[in-house]
Parts: sequence; structure tokens; C-alpha cells
Amino acid sequence: MLNLHKKSQENKNSNKSTSKSSPAYLRVQKDLSDIDTKNHCTRLTYPNPNDLMNFKLAIAPDEGFYKGGLFIFNFHVTDQYPHEAPKVKCETKVYHPNIDLEGNVCLNVLREDWKPVLSINSVIYGLQLLFQEPNPDDPLNREAAEVLKSNRRLFEQNVLRSMRGGYVGEEYFEKCLLK
Amino acid sequence: SSPGTDNRWRHVRRLLERAGPLGGPEFEPDPELFSAIRSDLVQILVVGAGGLGCEMLKDLALSGFVNLHLIDMDTIDLSNLNRQFLFRPKDIGRPKAVVAAEFVERRVSGCRVTPHFGKLEDKPLEFYKQFMCIVCGLDSVQASVIPLIDGGTQGFQGHCRVVRAHATPCLECTADLYSSTQQGFPLCTLAHTPRLPEHCIEFARIMQWPQEWPFGEEVPVDGDDPHHVDWIRTEACKRARQFGIREPDFRLTQGVVKHIIPAVASTNAVISAQCVTEVFKAITGCYPLLNNFANFSDIEGVAVNVVPLERNPQCDVCGQPPPKPLTFNSRDSLQTVINQLKSEHGMTRPSLTACVEGRDVTLYMDLSFLRDQLADNLDKSLAELGLLSNTVLNVTDSAQSGMKPVTFVLNLEDGMET
Repeated sequence: MLNLHKKSQENKNSNKSTSKSSPAYLRVQKDLSDIDTKNHCTRLTYPNPNDLMNFKLAIAPDEGFYKGGLFIFNFHVTDQYPHEAPKVKCETKVYHPNIDLEGNVCLNVLREDWKPVLSINSVIYGLQLLFQEPNPDDPLNREAAEVLKSNRRLFEQNVLRSMRGGYVGEEYFEKCLLK
Repeated sequence: SSPGTDNRWRHVRRLLERAGPLGGPEFEPDPELFSAIRSDLVQILVVGAGGLGCEMLKDLALSGFVNLHLIDMDTIDLSNLNRQFLFRPKDIGRPKAVVAAEFVERRVSGCRVTPHFGKLEDKPLEFYKQFMCIVCGLDSVQASVIPLIDGGTQGFQGHCRVVRAHATPCLECTADLYSSTQQGFPLCTLAHTPRLPEHCIEFARIMQWPQEWPFGEEVPVDGDDPHHVDWIRTEACKRARQFGIREPDFRLTQGVVKHIIPAVASTNAVISAQCVTEVFKAITGCYPLLNNFANFSDIEGVAVNVVPLERNPQCDVCGQPPPKPLTFNSRDSLQTVINQLKSEHGMTRPSLTACVEGRDVTLYMDLSFLRDQLADNLDKSLAELGLLSNTVLNVTDSAQSGMKPVTFVLNLEDGMET
């Protein structure tokens, strides 16, 4: 005779239930330990320390066109993490070929090149790289990309003016220098 | 049971009353088996009452099972009626689980179907433990000893897999096999070099909508609202004309906005049949189970490919050892716990989170960007922090890079239980 009875009992008696954190949350906890705190150009802040999935990242590049500037990004990690990339938007208005005026960031690892083996650290490195090496071949801000390609000196001046607070073309940029 | 009923179930009885060369290793044919599967003791849960769910419910009822439960959070829509055959036009707007249950009970006498109208996550773990088998037409349920049969369909393709805790990979182990729900077009393509109608639609949805908020500030896109879809379509068509691309129609627009993949009824029928066969085998032991993942495609010809997927030993869900117990008094401070983790569990800079009654709580993180904000917690007692016995603590060590959280279960000598 079939042990259906036994199976039914087995199910009921297995591990007493406790509420568990989601795999996404645990993965974020793991990623946070890996964040390179020796990197003085980047800093995380948590508006709500109980909510590890939502935080801000400040990047202060120490070389390149954007040296001296301070740029704030908002990170929102979803329940599908790490199968889905974190959602990142730039909260500082910046003159950059790969960041548009609404704060959307064109970074491959945030969309088509995201893999679960990557981490929050990978995204942070990717964002830093955007400031060190802006890429005019994948533009979200076409005008900025054109200037970078055709006239590097003018691009440099435009970036400086935008960071100090001023107009580039018809767009006004708020001051965003590191104090 | 009456002679009439016996004849009805003769096919099922044949499987259970005869031995054969392909039978299960410990299977012994027995006429009692049939009465056993017809009893209330065999309780099966069907997850999802959509295209696949309707098929599964029908197949289970017609395989002789009498105690079925069905959970689904949706109501019936006109577009469902071409394949979700347990529903009729008069049922539009009613919960799928409720209508499906009514239909099957009316149609298959002796079969009882208990509907649950709601989300999977809203049911406690205890709810899921009462079932002898769970069959899904959806995605993840955490690993348990209960065999889980998971089916999925997408157009002309589908899969059926068997999940048994510790023996086969859980759904999280192989989550990478499934394509992400994101459309994933690069933003720069959408912005400057669109080539497809889909690029134009996505540009309107992702970039233009949050700039113009056409239906009010912060009002998000609702794929089911034809006005929203129409707005997106109009903008997408303008853009398509600008770039010399074919203009999308309403149907394509809605399909892209809602990530719709057209459903094919025959795929649902095939996958459901495979899944319910596995349920039948899991419950009766009459034949060995599928080992363990079957892919089906009838895009060209018919192809079924079975692979024995392996567990991921590092899996976040099923690859973790059981939580180790930590015994304290509810008046002990968090610092006391941390000290013990350092002295007795080899940690240098422990960081702890916990899940208390469904909410994630950060207790202390020994990281430069969180340390100060959480310093106050160190002197609080475990009771003050809301921790009860059986709370699971997730601990990482900031000094050990790449370490996955180790789980501990709190045992409070004087405290209340969760």
C-alpha cells in the first residue's frame, strides 16, 4: 500500500516556519560587504538604513573632465535582483554624452549587458568609468557627444561651465562642485 | 463507487493495477491505490488559473483527484476567453479561481475544488505545507520537501520540470535559464538610432511619458488603459515617421507596453498534460518521474528535449545550510550578540539583518556608510529591537569579501515566539 499517509505527515512536520528575507535582499547584503570603501571618489548614503534596496551614490571624480564635480545617483534594487539590474538614475543635472538631461544613464551593464554574476560594485565602477572616459559613440546627449568628438577643448570648457553653474547652449546647469 | 464510475476511471486504474517493465522501482500494483488517490488525503494545489492553469485543473480532475485547491489573483478578461476554456463571457470581471472551481465541480462529479482569490505571497508557509504536490503555471515558490511540478508556456514553446528539494535544482538555481522580463534595448538606441517600431514604442513609454506625464503628474503607464496605450502609439508613430520606420498599430503597442507574448492554446494543452502526468506519478509512484527538465517546441516540427539539470551548490535559496541556533535572553543587547559572533563564530566585523514578521530590518552594518546611523542599535536589547524567538538573523562579515550571509536562528530563553 502506498505511503501517502507518510508523505502527508512529512510535509506537515518539516521545518517550523519563520519569515525569511528574500534572495534579493540577502544578495544585496552580500554585495554591500564587497563595496570598495577605499575608493575615495565614491560614497554611499542610506536615507533609510532599514531599506537596503534604496540608496544614493555620490561620485566625485578626481581626474578627467569632471574632476572637482559631485554627482549624485539614485539606486533602486528590485525584488528580481540579481536577475535584474538595479535601476539607476542620475539626480544631478550634468553635461555628459552618456547621461541625458532627465537623468537616464546609458551604461551597458545597467541594461543589455547585465548578468547576475555582476554586483552593485560593478555598477559603481561602470558609473565611475563614464566620468573618466565619456563615450561619444553611444550618446544619450547627442549635442554633448558631437562636441566631444569634434572639439575636445570646447567640451572641456562646457563641462567646467556646467559644473560651476551656468548655461551651455540653452540649458542651465546648477553648480555641482565638490566643496 | 457505482459501476458507472468504475468504468469512467478504467484508464487510471490500469496504470495503478498492472505492473510493467517501465514501472517505478518500488511500485507494487494495488487496487487500493485507486481509492487512495480518490481520497481527501491527496490534496493538490494548482498555482495559476490562466491558460495553463485551466488545462491543469481539468487534467487533474479527469485523472481522478478529488481534493484540489486553486490560487490565482486575477479576474477574467475578454482576451482570456479564446483559450481559458473554463470561463464564459458572463464571467468577465469575476475571479478566475472562483469561476474555474465552479465549472470543474459542476462538470466532474465527486471532484471538489477550493478556490483562493489572492496573491501567492499573501498565504503563509503553513498553507503550502498542507499539499501533497504543487503544480505551477507560474514562477517561484521556495524549496520544500513537497514535490513541485512547474510548467511554463510562451507562444509555441514550453517547459515542464520536476523540483524536489535536495534532489533537483530549485527554481532559483536555474533562474538564469529564463530570459529577463526587461525588454533591454540600449537607451542610446532608443534615443538616437531606432530601427524597429518597438524602439519607437519603448522610447515613448520610457523617455517621453515621464517628461510629459500626459495623464497627470507621476501617473504611471497602465497597459490596460486604452487611452494610455493610444497616447504611446501616437507618439511612437510620430517618431516612426521621423525615422522612416513602419508605424505600430494599437495591438503591437499594447503588446510591447505589457510585454505580451501571444498565447497558443495547444502549447498549454501539451505542457499541462506533461505536468499532470508528473503529478500523477509523484503521488502514486507508479512510474519514475521526469528527470528533470523537459523543453517543448513546435515552431517547426515537434521537438521535446529532456535534460537532467544539476543543483547549484551556491544557490541562494536551496544551497544554504540550515540556520545555526543562537541562544540569548531577550534583555541582552545587540552588542552581546555581536561579541558572541566574534568570539565563537570567527567573525571580525559582523553585519546583521533580520526578517521580523515579514519586514526586513537592518540591525547593524559594520560598513563606513551605515555604521554611524545604526550605532544606537548596539545598546538596545533584543526585545527593544522587536526580535523574538525563531527570528532568522542574516550575518555577513565585512572583513571577509564575497561572503554570503550565514543564517542563525534566535532562541530567546524568556522571549515570545514568532
